[in-house]
Amino acid sequence: LLWCHCGCNCWALHFYDSVCSDKAIKCGPKPRTIFVHKESPAYHFHIQLSLKLFKSHSSSMASLVLTDSSQLTSDGQHLGWIADDGVIGVQIPVGCTEGGFLTAWFPTLSLYADADWRLYLITCRDNSSLSELTVPGVSKQLDKRSSTCDDTKPGDGKTTPYTTSQYRATVLMVCRQLTSLDLYDTDPINIHESRFDKILVANRGEIACRVIGTARQMGIKTVAVYSLADYNSRHVFLADEAVCIGPAPSTQSYLNIDKLLEAVKQTKSQAVHPGYGFLSENATFVQALEREGVAFIGPSVDSINGMGDKLESKRLAAAAGDAEHCVFLAREIGYPVMVKASAGGGGKGMRIARNDDEAREGFRLSTQEAASSFGDDRMIIEKFVDKPRHIEIQVLGDKHGNAIFLNERECSIQRRNQKVIEEAPSTFLDTWTRAAMGQQAVALCKRLGYYSAGTVEFLVDSQRNFYFLEMNTRLQVEHPITECITGIDLVHQMIRVAKGHPLRLTQKDVPLRGWAIESRVYSEDPYRNFGLPSTGRLTKYQEPLHIPKVRCDSGVEEGSEISIYYDPMICKLVCYGNTRKEAINTSIKALDSYVIRGVAHNIPLLRDILTEPNFVEGNLTTDYLNQVYPEGFKGRQLGEKETLNLAAVAATLCATMDLRSRNFLNSSSNKIKAQSLDTWSFVVAFLDQEVLCQVKKLETKFKRKMEAFKLNSPGYRLETVDDDDDDDDDDDDDD
Amino acid sequence: MYSKVTATCSNLIHVFIEQQNSRLCPRHKQFAVTIHYCAAAHRLRSTGLGHYSQKRLDQFLISRRSIFLHPTVGKIRAGGGVWGLLSIYLQGKLTARERIELLCDPYSFVEFDMFVEHTCSDFGMEKKKFPGDSVITGHGLINGRLAYIFSQDFTVFGGSLSSIHAKKICKVMDQAMLVGCPVIGLNDSGGARIQEGVESLAGYADIFLRNVLASGVIPQISMIMGPCAGGAVYSPAITDFTFMVEDTSYLFITGPDVVKSVTNEDVTQEQLGGAKTHTSVSGVAHNAFHNDVDALLKLRNFMGYLPLSNKEPAPIRACDDPSDREVPSLDTIVPQESTTAYDMLEVVYDIVDEREFFEIMPKYAKNLIVGFARINGRTVGIVGNQPKNASGVLDINASIKGARFVRFCDAFNIPIITLVDVPGFLPGSAQEHNGVIRNGAKLLYAFAEATVPKITVITRKASAYGGAYDVMSSKHLRGDVNYAWPTAEVAVMGARGAISILFKGKPDASRYEEEYEEKFGNPFPAAVRGKSFDEFILANVLVVLSLTAEDGEIEV
Repeated sequence: LLWCHCGCNCWALHFYDSVCSDKAIKCGPKPRTIFVHKESPAYHFHIQLSLKLFKSHSSSMASLVLTDSSQLTSDGQHLGWIADDGVIGVQIPVGCTEGGFLTAWFPTLSLYADADWRLYLITCRDNSSLSELTVPGVSKQLDKRSSTCDDTKPGDGKTTPYTTSQYRATVLMVCRQLTSLDLYDTDPINIHESRFDKILVANRGEIACRVIGTARQMGIKTVAVYSLADYNSRHVFLADEAVCIGPAPSTQSYLNIDKLLEAVKQTKSQAVHPGYGFLSENATFVQALEREGVAFIGPSVDSINGMGDKLESKRLAAAAGDAEHCVFLAREIGYPVMVKASAGGGGKGMRIARNDDEAREGFRLSTQEAASSFGDDRMIIEKFVDKPRHIEIQVLGDKHGNAIFLNERECSIQRRNQKVIEEAPSTFLDTWTRAAMGQQAVALCKRLGYYSAGTVEFLVDSQRNFYFLEMNTRLQVEHPITECITGIDLVHQMIRVAKGHPLRLTQKDVPLRGWAIESRVYSEDPYRNFGLPSTGRLTKYQEPLHIPKVRCDSGVEEGSEISIYYDPMICKLVCYGNTRKEAINTSIKALDSYVIRGVAHNIPLLRDILTEPNFVEGNLTTDYLNQVYPEGFKGRQLGEKETLNLAAVAATLCATMDLRSRNFLNSSSNKIKAQSLDTWSFVVAFLDQEVLCQVKKLETKFKRKMEAFKLNSPGYRLETVDDDDDDDDDDDDDD
Repeated sequence: MYSKVTATCSNLIHVFIEQQNSRLCPRHKQFAVTIHYCAAAHRLRSTGLGHYSQKRLDQFLISRRSIFLHPTVGKIRAGGGVWGLLSIYLQGKLTARERIELLCDPYSFVEFDMFVEHTCSDFGMEKKKFPGDSVITGHGLINGRLAYIFSQDFTVFGGSLSSIHAKKICKVMDQAMLVGCPVIGLNDSGGARIQEGVESLAGYADIFLRNVLASGVIPQISMIMGPCAGGAVYSPAITDFTFMVEDTSYLFITGPDVVKSVTNEDVTQEQLGGAKTHTSVSGVAHNAFHNDVDALLKLRNFMGYLPLSNKEPAPIRACDDPSDREVPSLDTIVPQESTTAYDMLEVVYDIVDEREFFEIMPKYAKNLIVGFARINGRTVGIVGNQPKNASGVLDINASIKGARFVRFCDAFNIPIITLVDVPGFLPGSAQEHNGVIRNGAKLLYAFAEATVPKITVITRKASAYGGAYDVMSSKHLRGDVNYAWPTAEVAVMGARGAISILFKGKPDASRYEEEYEEKFGNPFPAAVRGKSFDEFILANVLVVLSLTAEDGEIEV
């Protein structure tokens, strides 16, 4: 089995006689090729791998040029085999760079072919030792390992088969690995390094899936924990073991330290990855784990505890008593400062002060103003940051005193302190600022003896002055964008560090390549307050994984419930490219191809931001949403051309449906020759507009003429817009 | 320019695009589209909004009438005259003729008896004659398929039924029987023509008789689009499906005035017999629609599900939704806790083509879902317990609703798919006193009697409090293929109830609960016996259903 080298842009796995020679294959003609089109939607791939691929491609097989059998091996390693019992092993080299295989990681798919040559997936596992795989016939060994893990093949009748969900989860996993893992090439997984045998992931949703993914690649067994509301979730199926830790409310499950410790003991896990949120920054939990002798994949208790106190020195805001106190505080904070009423709002009682005199004067005026406007003259002095941006530095430290930074992330677009769109790197930072911020962050880590992954958050003003905000001692939600631009798997590094390995990377090894943008797809209604949570079932769900350079970190699948108990995030859509423009364009394309049904989602807002001029130019501040959408998000406003295009597509769609609704396949005995339909007049009405469309069916296409008129105008004004937009006609065929 | 708008009005089609996705961006092609064909829907909406001035209305009518050259034809088109039309418009209704134009494919309607006039000569009626009298009859095509249609004209004597009116209706019904095509009545009539006395009543009886004779032979549909009172109500009640239009249609035996004089009860028309009452309380109407346009377009859509007569197989419409698609969400739809509710409609949407389901009586007896859908293009009838509502128990109303639907499917060769999650029949004296036994038996009878392909899927509970398990198209009632999902629990009753009976008074009864649970809490014991059902199916239910439905092709 080998890659297709025919240049057809597909992954073809060729079967050769020499591989399966002398191996008794019980029945049927042998399939020679299975191939997986890179272009085909991942969705298609993962659910139909077993049944459809072979069937649908069997006829076109002959036309495919089979490669020379000498290419069977690459560097002397066989890549696949068929064993006595009909089990087909397929090795899919992932983690390889273009043009050659790296020795990094070879996950193995074991498939079982039945009498009709339908393939069933038996196992998909990562192989700890490459040598096991280099000789054909090792599937025996593999099989033994499989059986110890309760994996069985359908057909042997002894044990229960994979459930569909497990099966799907596994294949989806492979699919994701195939599409995303070539990212991590800066410091690939070294399978010869010592590692934990089993880790427990004390989290749910996408981050649990994310951690399980890397752990599996490292050859580490995983344990998922779940609440009753999550019994059907993906992270439960992905993990090797799963433990129920209580009812749906997170205080009784994911935040319940006792239950988690019990799960750790029960499964004999050696380490715990906390993900983000829940117990990720809970010192009590870390201490409890330490007592049990279980490693915490994150920073030390001291780091978590101490971070708050030690950094308190540089305060950004304080309450002032009188004018002199105000000046004292202002000096301490550093000019410029903002003097403002604590009860204030709407710009009243606010002064910017750049020196002592201004501070005194500002305090006096603001106090008066505040007293008269709000009846409350208490004052706050805070650092004035003009056009503030939220930029954070990803740091990584080990237990040997090394620390590096992995560039920055720009997270200015926020609503209610929750990030909406993040990008890396920032358009705003120059090399010097980046280096300065990075060095400060690294120095901080070294001073604290910080290890594992962490994030140092800064506010940056329009002059590129930066002010320390806080440090997050956990893996951040938006870590994938850093991974995309550096090629470093942060979860992998966290696990290594927790095991006690020193960082193999030095600062100069950290690349900054291309651009990555993360759009957080939430289950919420963007038209109300930039997002009001919405709950329900995902009746239809399709991630745009068929688009290259798209990564979706999600913990849901079609049929999943978005419950009231947890964060309503559906997916982190990460798109990357060589330039920012490329990343934006990919993001737009991906958002357009995303299919979510059953719950409200914020894709309209995300997409609108991505095309908004300020965003495109990189003019971001933390107040971005309020500035760009002062009235709240109203949905995309269509231009005239867009309106007509939309109307044309709708009208054509309508005509197609009309034609289909009269297409009865078993039509009755009393056939009346219906007048054939080929022209339609439609009024397409949406929002408060109406567009008159004429649709004419041509040989294969539809042609449209449109006239727009508006209902609300006095009298009936008819704006005639004759528009034979041919460029649009392609849309019809799809519909 | 103005005239151009109005001239094209009669053949306009309105497309309303639901805002959600279209607002996103034009390149999103996943918008939902609701189509509103509208003869003069423009005007209808304007009327509703109060945009139409009297002058413009007159102008509009004149411009329409000028299209027709012959004075009589012009008169016919105008029905009962300009002022009659005006009152119709102001109520937000369409005229009888516009309704037909909207219901039928363009230019396909062929009218009968266009010039016939009423025969009454009393009370000065001989001076008031309108060509065609108060009903328009004929045949037309709905999506290319023939249907006989009568549409009562409220502008002529309030749409009242004269002997001629009745004869015209009987004529199309006789022809429909002869040809084997459905009859659609668009009812908008004040009742009997009082001036004609018994002749009018005789006319009603003629229609009723034909309704009864046609029952089970051709589909008969009534769309109530205005008042329908007194003797007139029996015809819609006999027809297979009765639909109503919200706010403008009423169905009652006697109006509020008579009610007041007999029982001294104050009640409005809407309360007594409005669309809301009949779709949710009495169960007389099978569904209600927002306005005339909506109603007629939904009716066009609905007719696509029905065969033309009982000699025809269920129609197969071209289908773009692959029937062998996998639906992963079916795996997770049934909750783990057997007491937690879920929406059976979700299951229905997931298994049918394009999530299109024409639900019958959605607001009445909500604990049972019935309706039409397509699987691989072929019409199927869906019957399903709704766990979301009263745990999906069967009661009197649900039994009646289900029985009628099953019998319709049986008569018209429509395969039935039954989705079972039933805890039992509803206990209680209210049910018993109102005859749950007799009514529950109707559902049992209907399922047992049905000879169309019957496919049953047990999604969760199939308990038998009061024999509910047997009733729901069980294997023993000639179910052709009965499947069980792995979540199924086939037992006489729940574990706790069973144990309390089996081990009554014993102190350690609860320990048997687990044993019972193990024995009946999953489908395996029943599968071992091989009596309750044929096979487990997993999420890939679609392929199985569509294949099975195809096997059951009716031999005609």
